[in-house]
Amino acid sequence: MDAQTLGGGFTDPAIQSARAFRSVMEAMARPGTICNIAGAEPPAPLSRAAGSVLLTLCDADTPVYLASDTDTADVRAWLAFHTGAPVTGPSHAMFAVGTWQALLPLSAYQIGTSEYPDRSATLIVESDKLAGGATLSGPGIKDTSGLNLPDLVAFQTNRRMFPLGLDFIFTSGERLAALPRSTEVC
Amino acid sequence: MTDYNFAYLDEQTKRMIRRAILKGLAIPGYQVPFASREMPMPYGWGTGGVQVSAAVLTPEDTFKVIDQGADDTTNAVSIRSFFERTAGVETTTDTSAASVIQTRHRIPEEPLKEDQILVYQVPIPEPLRFLEPRESETRKMHSLEEYGLMHVKLYEDISRHGHIATSYAYPVKVEGRYVMDPSPIPKFDNPKLGDMAAIQLFGAGREQRIYALPPYTQVVSLDFEDHPFEASKADQVCGLCGAEDSYLDEVIIDDAGGRLFCCSDTDYCLGRRNAGHQGSSLPGNEVAA
Ligand SMILES: [Zn+2]
Repeated sequence: MDAQTLGGGFTDPAIQSARAFRSVMEAMARPGTICNIAGAEPPAPLSRAAGSVLLTLCDADTPVYLASDTDTADVRAWLAFHTGAPVTGPSHAMFAVGTWQALLPLSAYQIGTSEYPDRSATLIVESDKLAGGATLSGPGIKDTSGLNLPDLVAFQTNRRMFPLGLDFIFTSGERLAALPRSTEVC
Repeated sequence: MTDYNFAYLDEQTKRMIRRAILKGLAIPGYQVPFASREMPMPYGWGTGGVQVSAAVLTPEDTFKVIDQGADDTTNAVSIRSFFERTAGVETTTDTSAASVIQTRHRIPEEPLKEDQILVYQVPIPEPLRFLEPRESETRKMHSLEEYGLMHVKLYEDISRHGHIATSYAYPVKVEGRYVMDPSPIPKFDNPKLGDMAAIQLFGAGREQRIYALPPYTQVVSLDFEDHPFEASKADQVCGLCGAEDSYLDEVIIDDAGGRLFCCSDTDYCLGRRNAGHQGSSLPGNEVAA
């Protein structure tokens, strides 16, 4: 096992994951809010934000889908060593990570069942830019907020399936924002 | 602190609870199942709330615990010292100074802010439980939005009492979708649930459920056109601070059965008294009966 695999995890896991979780929770509770998140040094092409989300939320109980160019030997080894999460295809994934284009189509992922809508995937979308763009409204948002989204129709379709649906975390460098299924976008 | 993991729970358990919290925030009012852990305190002491607090606390937090509005009950004191010991957090009784507030049966009088989190201890998370004891059935009722029986029960209350007699754990509908139990807060507190600036998280330990209200979520207390919801409280003022707008407890103050109405939110009451407000029952202010 090489240095890149062994390194890049949280150096103080309990504390760093507590702080990282608060960023993820803040982002998910207030869609469109951009939060800082740090601690992980994952192998390329994963951003530090995506790596920190994976370290905070994933373990042996959460199958992860590595979409397209995130599915490298280095990423697999890093994820296995630091989280123990099994790598899987999109249809069994609780978490998926990659660029928007690589993650498509959204129909491949679990959206939960009417009795257990929580049994649905969370997609970590690697993004160039988080700020601006679409207008968001709904739970967690006082009037409206904004977020740069790679598509509109896809998120409107996802909203219409509520309470079923997918939840999204957008990552860029050491920052993240989120879009739960409850958010209206236009 | 070396004998404990940070905030007591192991990392795997915290991850599982954290994932449940995120799904709860994404589906406001929906009860997310989680695998509750044994905590070093009895169930009645809010092990669900304690597990949620353990999953959200960071060392930078300032933590407050209230039990029916009071910071100084055995329950509140022991949970506060539990997290002082296991998470090294600062604690406070000052509502405005707290970043995370764990509560049993009250929402603080002082409006909460965007940088705060309110964690509720929940004994029975299922608002339909008294109508239907089977979890498989209530889950189906939520999935089909079959809330008619709930309305019938409330209406029966009206026909029997002339008003809805349910005064605690009064059911609410979240964003027009899920009917939710707000925990046994007095219905006086119900209007504070909606459009709150803070994040609200609900933990039920024995029943193994977590649910959530993101900030600024629409929360409506169930009612009827001819019997609108009313956030009632005792028609009295606080004997200690004179507050007319706060939720009051009636306490017995002497062996002769003397009674006093006073704010259930002890921090709110103290804050008012420190600011110079006085009630008629403060020593020196007694009104002869
Ligand atoms: Zn008072």
